Amino acid sequence: MKPRTLRRHINESVKSLGRNGWMTFASVGAVAVSLILVGMFLMVMFNLNKIAGDIESDVEVRVYVSQSATQAQTRQLGSDLKQIRNVQSVTYESKKQGLNNLMKSLGNDKSTFSDLKNENPLPNAYILKTDNPQQTTYVANKAQSLAYVSDVRYGKGTVEKLFHVINIARNVGIVLIVGLLFTSIFLIANTIKLTIVARRREIEIMKLVGATNSFVRWPYFIEGLIMGVLGSVIPVLMVFIVYHFVYYNLGASFSGMFISLIPYQTMTTNLSLLLVGIGAAIGVWGSLNSVRKFLKI
Amino acid sequence: MEDMIVMDNVWKAYPNGVMALNGIDLSVGEGEFIYIVGPSGAGKSTFIKMIFRELKPTRGKIIVDHKNIATLRDRQVPYFRRKIGVVFQDFRLLPKLTVYENVAFALEVIEESPRVIKRRVMEVLDLVGLKHKVNSFPGQLSGGEQQRVSIARSICNRPPVLIADEPTGNLDPDTSWQIMDVFKRINEQGTTVVMATHNREIVNTIKHRVVALEDGMIVRDEEEGAYGYEA
Ligand SMILES: Nc1ncnc2c1ncn2[C@@H]1O[C@H](COP(=O)(O)OP(=O)(O)OP(=O)(O)O)[C@@H](O)[C@H]1O
Ligand SMILES: [Mg+2]
Repeated sequence: MKPRTLRRHINESVKSLGRNGWMTFASVGAVAVSLILVGMFLMVMFNLNKIAGDIESDVEVRVYVSQSATQAQTRQLGSDLKQIRNVQSVTYESKKQGLNNLMKSLGNDKSTFSDLKNENPLPNAYILKTDNPQQTTYVANKAQSLAYVSDVRYGKGTVEKLFHVINIARNVGIVLIVGLLFTSIFLIANTIKLTIVARRREIEIMKLVGATNSFVRWPYFIEGLIMGVLGSVIPVLMVFIVYHFVYYNLGASFSGMFISLIPYQTMTTNLSLLLVGIGAAIGVWGSLNSVRKFLKI
Repeated sequence: MEDMIVMDNVWKAYPNGVMALNGIDLSVGEGEFIYIVGPSGAGKSTFIKMIFRELKPTRGKIIVDHKNIATLRDRQVPYFRRKIGVVFQDFRLLPKLTVYENVAFALEVIEESPRVIKRRVMEVLDLVGLKHKVNSFPGQLSGGEQQRVSIARSICNRPPVLIADEPTGNLDPDTSWQIMDVFKRINEQGTTVVMATHNREIVNTIKHRVVALEDGMIVRDEEEGAYGYEA
C-alpha cells in the first residue's frame, strides 16, 4: 500500500471514531474494563504458578529428633535416614541453628526472640532433600517409621492445596474473562456497524467506481485496531502501578524464603505486551466481523 | 467497427423467480450511442446492471471490452468496473463533499495520484460546464447541475463505456437537453454510450440506434430509430 493511501485510511478511521464519539467511548471503556480484569487475574495466576513451582522444586522433608534422644542415637538416626531410597542429601540442623534460621527469616528483630535463646523450644532436626519432588511422600513415611523421630514435616500438602486453589481460580477466571472479552468484541462490532451504516452511500459509490474490497475494508480495520489498543492503555498503566505496589510491598515479606514473586520488569513487560495484543485482537476481530456483511454490495 | 459490448443469449432470473431477461443477443460497437427503451418492467435496468456486473447473468455470455464478464472472478470485478462509467437517475452524490471532492473521490478510491486527480477533475468539470461551481455542495445545485457532477464523476477515469439508467428521469425538459449535450460531447470523444430512457422527445430528436425491450426480449433494433411508444 502506498503511504498516501495508508494516511487516507487512518484519516478516515479517526474522523469516524470522532463522529461516533460516545459509542467509541463506550467500546473503548468496555475493552478497558475487560482488560483490567484480565490483567489483574493474570497477575495473580502467574504469581501463584510461580510460587507453586518454587515450593514444588524446593520440597524438603524435615525430620525432628525426639528431645529424649542421646547424641549417639541422634547420629544413628542420621545414618539411618541416609539409607532411605531416593534421599539425595541429609543435613543436620541443631536446635540452635534452627532458631537462628527462623529469626533470620522473620526479620532482624532479635529482641523478640532473645528470651527463647535461653529456653530454645525447637528440636534438633535433619533436613532431607529428595531426588525429585514426587518422592517426598515416600521418604517422609519411611522417616516417620524410624526410632527417635518425633515428627516429620514436608511441603507436599501445601503444594497440593495451592494447586487446588489455582485450578479453581483459573476456571472461574476463564469463564469471567471469556464473557467479558466477547462483550467487548460485540460492542466494537456494533460501533463499527454504526459507522458503516452512516457511510453506506459512500461504500456504494466506492464499489461503483471500482474500489477494491480491501480498500473499503481498511479504514474499519484500523478503526477496530485503534479502539482495541486505546482500550488497553489504562489496563497497562494499572499493571505497572498495581504490580509496583504488590511487588515492592508484599514481595518484600517473602525475602529470605525460598519463594519469590515474578520480577517487576518481567511481569510488567510481558503482561503489557499481552494486554495490548489482546486489545488489538479484540478490536480487529470485532471490526472485520461487522464489515464482512456489508461488503456484499 | 470493433465490438465494445456483446451479449450472447443472455438470460436473467431474479432469486424470486422473475425472468427479467429472456435470451438477449446484441452487439454494440466501439464509440456507438444506443438508447434502450421499453415499457416499465421490460428489463432495461436489469440490462444496464448486467453491463457493469452489478448482476451476473443466469445464462449466457456478456463480453465487454473483449472480456467475458459473466465468468469474471469477484476479485477482478473492481478493476473491470474502472472501465465502465455509470450514471443514475438519482445522481448518487455525497452531500457533505463539494463538487470537486465528489469527483475527486472516485479517483482517490482507486488510488490515482494527487497530481493526476487535480488535473483530471478540473478537466471533466470543464467538460460538463461546472468549472465555476467546484466549491459548491450538491445541496446548493439544481438537479441538472447535480447530474452533470455525477456524469463528470463517471467519466473522470476515462472509461471506454458510459452507461446511464434514465439519467434525465428526475429532470425537467430544458435541463434534460443540457445533459444530452454533455453525453454528445463524451460520445464524440470516442466513449461508447448506453442509455436507458423513457424520454420520447429526446429519442426522437437526437437520433441514435434504438433497442426496444419488452418482457426481457429485444423486440426492435433500429439505426436512427424512434421511441415508438405513446408517452
Ligand atoms: N431485485 C429484483 N428482484 C426481483 N425482481 C426484480 C428485481 N429487480 C427487478 N425485478 C423485476 O424484473 C423485471 C425487470 O425489471 P427492470 O427494473 O429491469 O425494469 P425496467 O425496464 O428498468 O423498468 P422501469 O422502466 O420501471 O425502470 C420486472 O418485472 C421487475 O419487477
Ligand atoms: Mg428501470
